Amino acid sequence: MGVLARLAARLGRTREAIGDGISGLFRGGREIDAALFNELEELLWTSDLGPIAGELCEELKRLHRRGELKGEEDVRSHLRKELSARLDESAEDPPQPSAGPLIVLIVGVNGSGKTTSIAKLAHRFTEQGKRVLLGAADTFRAAAADQLEVWAERNGADIVRSHKDGADPASVAFDAAKRGQEDGADIVLVDTAGRLHTQRNLLEELEKVRRVLGKAVDGAPHETWLVLDATNGQNAVQQAKEFTSAVEVSGLVLAKLDGTARGGAVFGIRDALSLPVRYVGTGESLGDLDLFDPGAFIDAIVPEGSGEGPRA
Amino acid sequence: MFESLTERLTSSFAGLRGRKELTAENVEEGLREVRQALLEADVHFRVAKDLVEKVRERALGDERIKGVDASEQFVHAFHQELVELMGPEDARIQFASKPPTVILVAGLQGAGKTTTCAKLAKLLKEKHQKRPLLVAADVKRPAAIEQLRVMGERVGVPVHSVEGAAPPLVCTSGVHRAKEEGHDVVILDTAGRLHVAEELMREVGGLAREVKPDAQVLVVDAMTGQDAVQSAESFHSELELTGLILTKLDGDARGGAAVSLKAVTGCPVLFVGTGEKVEDLEPFHPDRMAGRILGMGDVVGLVEKASQEIDEREAQDTYEKMVMGTFTLEDMLAQLRMMRRLGPMKKVLGMMPGIGGMAKDLDIDDKHMNRLEALFTSMTPAERLQPGLLDMSRRRRIARGSGQEVGAVNELLKRFKDMKKLMKQMGKMGMGAKLGAKAKRDALKGMSATGELAGDAGGAGGLGSMLGGGGLGSMLGGGGDMGGMPVPPGGANPFEGNRPMGSSSTRKRPAKRKKKPKRSRKGRKR
Ligand SMILES: Nc1nc2c(ncn2[C@@H]2O[C@H](COP(=O)(O)OP(=O)(O)OP(=O)(O)O)[C@@H](O)[C@H]2O)c(=O)[nH]1
Ligand SMILES: Nc1nc2c(ncn2[C@@H]2O[C@H](COP(=O)(O)OP(=O)(O)O)[C@@H](O)[C@H]2O)c(=O)[nH]1
Ligand SMILES: [Mg+2]
Ligand SMILES: [Mg+2]
Repeated sequence: MGVLARLAARLGRTREAIGDGISGLFRGGREIDAALFNELEELLWTSDLGPIAGELCEELKRLHRRGELKGEEDVRSHLRKELSARLDESAEDPPQPSAGPLIVLIVGVNGSGKTTSIAKLAHRFTEQGKRVLLGAADTFRAAAADQLEVWAERNGADIVRSHKDGADPASVAFDAAKRGQEDGADIVLVDTAGRLHTQRNLLEELEKVRRVLGKAVDGAPHETWLVLDATNGQNAVQQAKEFTSAVEVSGLVLAKLDGTARGGAVFGIRDALSLPVRYVGTGESLGDLDLFDPGAFIDAIVPEGSGEGPRA
Repeated sequence: MFESLTERLTSSFAGLRGRKELTAENVEEGLREVRQALLEADVHFRVAKDLVEKVRERALGDERIKGVDASEQFVHAFHQELVELMGPEDARIQFASKPPTVILVAGLQGAGKTTTCAKLAKLLKEKHQKRPLLVAADVKRPAAIEQLRVMGERVGVPVHSVEGAAPPLVCTSGVHRAKEEGHDVVILDTAGRLHVAEELMREVGGLAREVKPDAQVLVVDAMTGQDAVQSAESFHSELELTGLILTKLDGDARGGAAVSLKAVTGCPVLFVGTGEKVEDLEPFHPDRMAGRILGMGDVVGLVEKASQEIDEREAQDTYEKMVMGTFTLEDMLAQLRMMRRLGPMKKVLGMMPGIGGMAKDLDIDDKHMNRLEALFTSMTPAERLQPGLLDMSRRRRIARGSGQEVGAVNELLKRFKDMKKLMKQMGKMGMGAKLGAKAKRDALKGMSATGELAGDAGGAGGLGSMLGGGGLGSMLGGGGDMGGMPVPPGGANPFEGNRPMGSSSTRKRPAKRKKKPKRSRKGRKR
């Protein structure tokens, strides 16, 4: 019990330390010493950067030994430079294919935020004056199609769904793509059941959905986006690897960035797969989706400017 | 990326093997490796740091065991520390002295609350003879009520909901209904919320103060990263948590969040979720979790699973046939299928120490197994019983039938012959006679009668050898597919030497073996 009490006490302090760590660490006028490096290391690891956190710290220490880091201002700017170099370009909405609707397949592990992200994407594209159709190819989870249908109504979008439990997801996807083409929709967003990246047979099922979409509309799916939960840690990297090798993921959507989690795992994903982050989700309402902005993302990990603390 | 700790330590302790003492120096290097492993497993930075301090003291302190290999003692120390931190094992839901027992289930969005509520209801109903009532208090997420209703139907538990009402009213009316209808447990499924959403956090706190639940359970996704600490803290300060449930452990997340959570809340992990189906709720075992976090593989889990799923009689038959030399291709196919019942190959292999991390890169995936099985099923029963019939033209037919090269058929037959030869030798050595019937069965499972993992007793028959030496291993391996897999040849047990400390020795024999559950193909698919 002594261990627990001690840990709890230390964690209490941690939270404060991290809390002002981000502002406190870079408040200016601080000398570079072992304590600062320790705090820095904690800051990076607790942002879920994973092994990259260790690498960055080593690199900073090396630079410091060579006298290339003078004050904490140098530390911050170097760190920001390093992080931006790993996650540079900002995102754009995908281009419309020359003919027919843009078909987007949405995949991810259970509960990552797929269905809600689709709702938000539908909202975004509708606002741009596009006609959106939703395909409810999650035929597995209880009430999944009902959930999507509510969002379709709120968006004034059409939906293709099956009323049968356990219907073939590929055939729902096929119908959605076909309907989108026939009805002259601009975008078809296909929702799929959550699945863990370790479930081979379920990844194969996704492969089939992809194939079948290609039969319905030439070149479909034009995009396959993996929705990641920003509160996930290093497992997100495995998710990205496995989904990408199964269904050629073309972009990431990072949901649930409205909490205190920083989503640092995307750096590891960039390192391994160079997958672009397209959008970030910052809440449960239709408007809570933005194009990914690397600057703002990095700000949340290592804030810019001195004495101002983190950006809200 | 996730190199297993065992691999890491093996290299960092390379010079240390066989040395009997831990020194301040070699311990530092080991500590660095373990710290890295903990962090990559998503254990919170500060928790990892603290653990390292503890183990440094422990490893160098007076608890040092003389005569034990330094690296083993070192891993043992970490394992123990983690087990202590995450324990005790006998966590339970406390029932109220005056029913109904009200259980509030809370957590972040998408953590698995609704599914867990249904799983819990099923468990309480079937294992504790309770009459639960599910209450749909998530009025926020679209179709959340409908989701719970469907799940409730699946487990045969009624679901209480009130159209258009706010959560406190839904819950109080649910408790009221439970009293009236004689439900002795009420499970409240609340909406997911992020801990920074102050209003929502106050809402759930208020709900708890109003309904006064007997148990307040936080559901956490095993894939959660460093943020687990902050969110658990907020929930713990708004609620009075009594227990935790960790979900989605059926994936490959190392689940380091479990350690952080326990440290922050002091609450025991009651159960773990291991799938999307309503029966996928299991008790929490700190020792297995420790092994998983340290990347040592869930050996105990594998052994227990093996003993549950491998049919006793079947194993006995195979064993006898092997020893008697009447082993046919038909038996080999049966053995293959028996093995596959343990689950997807990667999952099975992933549970093994030293292989865990590598399983992904090996070509022993289920496609490979499917190809193997296709070879067998393209043979006629007569051919399987009398492999001697298989001349070139038959082999070509089988190759065509299974969509593979003749080489694959030849390879399989060669494996079969090797296997048979090995069995014969073993029979000659009199091993069959020496072992009792029970020992034989256990040998086939890779376990000895005392529940210890079998060493050599199983000879070529053990589960270990299925993967390694003469048995299925040779079906899988041989041609270089298993390149680099650290399985000793000749049927020695791959568990030997690097099993997690403190697991098998402190662990009782898994409860009586169940007959293999009948699972339809469809059911297994999902
Ligand atoms: N705070 C917050 N919550 C989100 C965000 N995106 C999704 N959610 C919530 O997370 C939960 C799960 O979201 P879903 O969209 O149903 O996730 P899913 O991936 O479709 O889930 P399954 O289909 O069950 O695998 C819901 O409660 C959503 O409201 C986000 O960006 N921020
Ligand atoms: N693989 C797996 N999926 C799970 C588990 N528990 C829940 N899920 C899935 O996770 C998703 C979110 O679960 P849900 O119960 O709706 O979460 P809630 O938003 O917290 O109520 C659903 O797709 C569930 O099927 C589990 O233990 N393993
Ligand atoms: Mg969904
Ligand atoms: Mg729910």
